Formats: sequence, C-alpha cells, structure tokens
Amino acid sequence: MSAYLHGFGAYLPERVVPNVELAERVGKTSEWIESVSGIQERRWARPEETVADMGVAAAEDCLRKAGISSNTLGMLMLSSGSGSRGFPGPAAEVAARLGLDSTPAIDLPIASAGSLFGLALAMRLAETQGDILVVAAEKMSALIENDPNTAILFGDGAGAALVSARPGRWRMLDAVLHTDGQSRDALAFDGTGPLKMNGLTVILQAARKIPSSITEVLARQNISAQQVTAFLLHQANLNLVTRVAKSLGVDPEKMFANVQRYGNTSSASMLIAASEWADTNPEPGPIVFSAFGAGFHWGAIVADSTA
Amino acid sequence: MPPDSTRRQRLRILVQEVAGKPAPDDEQESLFESGLLDSFALPDLVSAIEKEFGIKVPDSDLNPRKFDSIDRMDAYLADHS
Repeated sequence: MSAYLHGFGAYLPERVVPNVELAERVGKTSEWIESVSGIQERRWARPEETVADMGVAAAEDCLRKAGISSNTLGMLMLSSGSGSRGFPGPAAEVAARLGLDSTPAIDLPIASAGSLFGLALAMRLAETQGDILVVAAEKMSALIENDPNTAILFGDGAGAALVSARPGRWRMLDAVLHTDGQSRDALAFDGTGPLKMNGLTVILQAARKIPSSITEVLARQNISAQQVTAFLLHQANLNLVTRVAKSLGVDPEKMFANVQRYGNTSSASMLIAASEWADTNPEPGPIVFSAFGAGFHWGAIVADSTA
Repeated sequence: MPPDSTRRQRLRILVQEVAGKPAPDDEQESLFESGLLDSFALPDLVSAIEKEFGIKVPDSDLNPRKFDSIDRMDAYLADHS
C-alpha cells in the first residue's frame, strides 16, 4: 500500500471576530478568553454562506496547489459536523459543484477528528480509488450561543488535502484511529440546540489520548518524536497544543499553531493548519497529524517528505 | 474504608503544587467549581497522583468527578491503591 499527500488547501471567511466582540456577549473579558484558549480572533461565515460553499472553496484551492483537475478525482470525502441538514450531507453538493457526476462522495459527520479519519481512509483507498480529495468544512458559528465555555472557542472555515497512490510530496507511512463512545455526550450537537461540551472531560481525555496516539504511530514506524519536523494537530486550544508538546518532550515550536487567528474550526482546523504550514516551504522530514474530538474519536498519522 | 489522613495530606500537597495555592479546608469542596483548578490543571493533577501513589489511572477512569475534591480523590485511591 502506497499513498502520498500531494497538497493542501484552505478557505477562511472574510469576517474577523476579535475577542472584544465576544467578550460582552459571554460576560467575560478579552484577556480571559485569550488566557483560557490562546485565541485572539476567529472567522465567521456570512449568514448565507454554507458548509458546502466553504468546502468548494478549499477544494478548489487544494486542486490548484496540487496541480490537478477535479475531473481526475476517484473519490471525494467531506468531513463536517455542522452541515445544515441531515441528508444528503454536503459531500454530494460539493462533488456536484466540482463538476463530478459519478465519482463517489462520502460524508464523514465525525466533527473534530473527521479530517484525520478521512486522511487515514484515503491512505488505504488510494490504490483502488485513484486520487482522493479529503475536504473538511465547518460552520461552527451556527452551533453556538452565549455559553462562554463554547462560544469563545469556535470559528468557521474549510481545509482540503489531496491523497493519491501516485508519488507526491509526502509519503503516508502509517495511521492509528480510535473511538471510545463511553463519553459520547461530553461533546455533542443534537441538531437543534447549541453545541454542548464538558470541557473538563474533553481536556482530560484529549491531553492523554493525543500524545498516546502519536507515540503509538511513531513507535510502529521506529520514529522518535524528536525526529518529527512538524506536528499538524487539530487546533482545539493553544494550551492543549502546548501540553501535547510537553507530554511528547518536543520543542513547542514544532507544533504548528494558528488557533490564535482562526479559533477551533473543528475538523477543518487540521487541514487549514496543514495548508498554511505547507505554504511556508517547510524543511523536509517526518510530519505527524493528530486529532481528538466528539465521540470520542482520535488518532494520528505519520508521513515523511519524499524530497 | 475510613479516610486515610496521611494519604489526604499527600493529596493536599499535590493540589497545592498543581494549583499554586493551598487546598481548601473543606475536603468535599469542588476544586474546579471553586476556581482553584482549571481544566488544564486537571491532567497535571492526575499525572501527579499517578506519580505520587505509583498507580496508573486508566483512560476509562479519566472522569473529572473522580478527582473533583480531596474526598473523591481519596476515595478513588482507597479503591485503587
């Protein structure tokens, strides 16, 4: 089995929502918001802007950077926990708007770890399906109200990655995926009311499961955490990202972070981070993706540069 | 099992080390609702308990309620030490 990452893409809505705009609404200060989350601002979509709109924009950015046309795709995966209707999910609309009329398009309504699960599935399917576009798009602003524990965290946006069996920029080496449904109510959106989150439970579990899944996948490939050149994590909270670095014993600078500017964009965040990181012409070497979220679903992927 | 005063004293020291403030006199008081500890201090507290008492808290026991107060931590350790 060989699978390669050819490129990433991203889309962020234009509207910037700084902490000061949320502070009064949630009864806190801007400083408090930044201290508990590391977030300084986030982007919110326009009221009429949909998950599919953002997904298409990120997909087109990714295809452009990967240098391929949508009509060569063998599969599309769309991760979103914030789609506007039950079924069909946004995958079908995104596929149609990319000009695909018979290519399979699969929804992954997993929320935060959805893009990680998509990449891991694409890695295993690329040899039979051909080029697979993994898109994650989230309109989290539609799921929050005035609860300071959630309203301050989330933002909107979309990311994308192209996975192929054809040799590309990073070879995907291995992936580990896990699910434990015992805490499925600790972070959930029931389709009507605002998103609910037990922050203590989520942080306690994430602080252990993210490092353990990274350690698991690296050990299988005989790669040490110190050899990894960049960690591209789900951008849940800057304090959590920093804690993961501490647990792994690596320089926090290796943790690419943009949660300060975009907030937590759920499943989109990891691919948005990957897209921005890839645009910086990063140094070669192993890279790690990892995410944790509602379910709980979590895991990690390791890839290595080919040049 | 009756409360173990030595174990409780060790727990109080751990809480103080993690929080940077003394543990509350009321050992039933929630360390989180009182604001003494926040969500990011909880993983540190669990790690400190594991190290101090030589146990491994399994992921299935990573429930904040088990570590919410000196009383509850003591009860957990009584069951798992």
